[in-house]
Amino acid sequence: MLIFEILSVALKSLIKNKVRTLLTMLGIIIGVGAVITMLAIGEGAKRLVESEIASMGTNVVTVSSNSNSRTAVRQEAGTGNAIRLEDISQIRKQVQGVNYISPVVTTWGRLRAGSKNWRTRAYGVNSEYFFIRNYEVSDGQFFSTTQIQSGAKAMVLGKTVADYLFPDGDAVGQRITIRNVPVEIVGVLAEKGQSAVGGDLDDVVLIPYTTVLARLRGWREPQISINVSAISKEMIPVVKEEILQLLLLKNKTLSEDSFIVNSQTDLANMANNVSSTITLLLSSIAGISLIVGGIGIMNIMLVSVTERIKEIGLRMAVGAKKKDVLRQFIFEAIFLSGLGGIIGIILGAVVAKVVGNMMNWSVEITTWSVLLSFSFSAIIGIFFGWYPARKAANLNLIDALRYE
Amino acid sequence: MSNILIEVRDLVKTYEMGEIKVHALQGIDLAIKKGEFISIMGMSGSGKTTLMNILGCLDKPTSGSYKLDDVKIEDIRQDDLADIRNQKIGFVFQSFYLLSRTSALENVELPLLYRKELKRKERIEMAKDALETVQMSKRLDHYPNQLSGGQQQRVAIARAIVNNPVILFADEPTGNLDSKTSLEIINVFQELHKKGITIIIVTHEPEIAQFTERIITFSDGKIVNDQPNNSMLNAGIALKKLPQARDEEE
Repeated sequence: MLIFEILSVALKSLIKNKVRTLLTMLGIIIGVGAVITMLAIGEGAKRLVESEIASMGTNVVTVSSNSNSRTAVRQEAGTGNAIRLEDISQIRKQVQGVNYISPVVTTWGRLRAGSKNWRTRAYGVNSEYFFIRNYEVSDGQFFSTTQIQSGAKAMVLGKTVADYLFPDGDAVGQRITIRNVPVEIVGVLAEKGQSAVGGDLDDVVLIPYTTVLARLRGWREPQISINVSAISKEMIPVVKEEILQLLLLKNKTLSEDSFIVNSQTDLANMANNVSSTITLLLSSIAGISLIVGGIGIMNIMLVSVTERIKEIGLRMAVGAKKKDVLRQFIFEAIFLSGLGGIIGIILGAVVAKVVGNMMNWSVEITTWSVLLSFSFSAIIGIFFGWYPARKAANLNLIDALRYE
Repeated sequence: MSNILIEVRDLVKTYEMGEIKVHALQGIDLAIKKGEFISIMGMSGSGKTTLMNILGCLDKPTSGSYKLDDVKIEDIRQDDLADIRNQKIGFVFQSFYLLSRTSALENVELPLLYRKELKRKERIEMAKDALETVQMSKRLDHYPNQLSGGQQQRVAIARAIVNNPVILFADEPTGNLDSKTSLEIINVFQELHKKGITIIIVTHEPEIAQFTERIITFSDGKIVNDQPNNSMLNAGIALKKLPQARDEEE
């Protein structure tokens, strides 16, 4: 018997029992639909986190000194902050794989423009910082190298700050004060939006680090951290390790715990771990409903075999072999689960989109999730269809023909 | 090739129903020639259906030998038996056994589905030819529930002959039909017989047996009588003798 004939025989018998066919498929439809929806939402969350992490810069490695050891160091050796400015030029010379490097000197201060106030954190950086963090200006420009070297009283604002202080959009060229030091706004950054944890990536103020160190340092030792952009993703571990070794070499009294060396990949891995765990959990629950759907198929196939014992007997009497009967029933089961799978995929995609729109989540239906759930449902069809099919094929011909 | 189509020697069939052994066939010897038209008579429980099942390769004997068309059936594997049933044997049952919600044409096509070498077009051609032979060409698309009993049995006969079998078995083919329709069906068998098909009808009605060439009578699993029917009736003529008023059904 040709595959095509088996298919058409199986198909016809399913069409003859439309309602039953549909109800049987329902279990698979819901199961596959749930798997697709869960994976789509999970994947969407993953992509969102990934794109946010990417928007924070390219292959970024951050190095800062650990606050605990900082206290200890001050007491023991009086060296102050474990990272010093000269470390940066040394790292640039000695560590391989460094593309851009910038110090980051953090300071707090109140901005004042006319009658408006904005209390914010300001970062003292060099001109390479913009490349490390993938910043673009929507208006004006970044600091020039000359401005950095001369400690110019210049400032670049994030969009949120600029919009608040200068609602008319004429921020560039204006003079404002930070901690009563007058500075000129040379640029406004392009919008970056919300971060994964809800912080505003546009609430940022950048100043040349030389200016911060010279005019805006407080009574405490300035805390300097380092931002590095590695030339490639693969170089990130090398860069991390070499920077740490270099710093340890220069600070013999310190241990590895004195420095916090983080990279974007660490962050990305952590975020991925979390979203993968949640996706796995949700899709396992959905997968269970798929198995329940498979048992539903087996149940109906068993009923169908019993109902059609006479038909099976007749088919055998006119020349059907055992394997023909076996195939017919397995195909019916595969068809049930396969079609259920396809409908489930469509349903799942629609639900994912609707939920995504309603909850404002980004959803992502990947090819592999479609393939996975479809092949899973087909396998369920074979698995749960096999037993009833074998039962049908092993019927005794005479008994089947005489069955009432 | 010999002229003998069926050769049975000392055929025994014993069923075990729990403790009790039922001796359905107790040493049957039988030879049937090509082109014969035979009826097997007997009370119910006499073993005639058991014999038909074995001759039709639906069942296997407990002991004894059976040769069909020069093939020793007892040596044959299950799957090959299916091929023999498919291509050498046709069955007609008392209650028709047509697939419901399946058209007459598709019902007749059913045995052809199990022959790999046939293309869809050939199958439909063959099924149409078979339906033509039993004068059902006008009802190809009808479902069994849209056909009368006689028409359903004609479709069943078409299904049995669609593969040009060497032998046709009919188990009480008129058991569910009224007397006029029974005559029509017997007429179909007689027409097929004229074309050279070997036919064996299992029946308990002596009236039906009168339309066959040879009558074998069974009792308690043994053949008690086997002789040619010298006064074979013609179903066509018998039909014409019936009152004309009932003729409008067709």
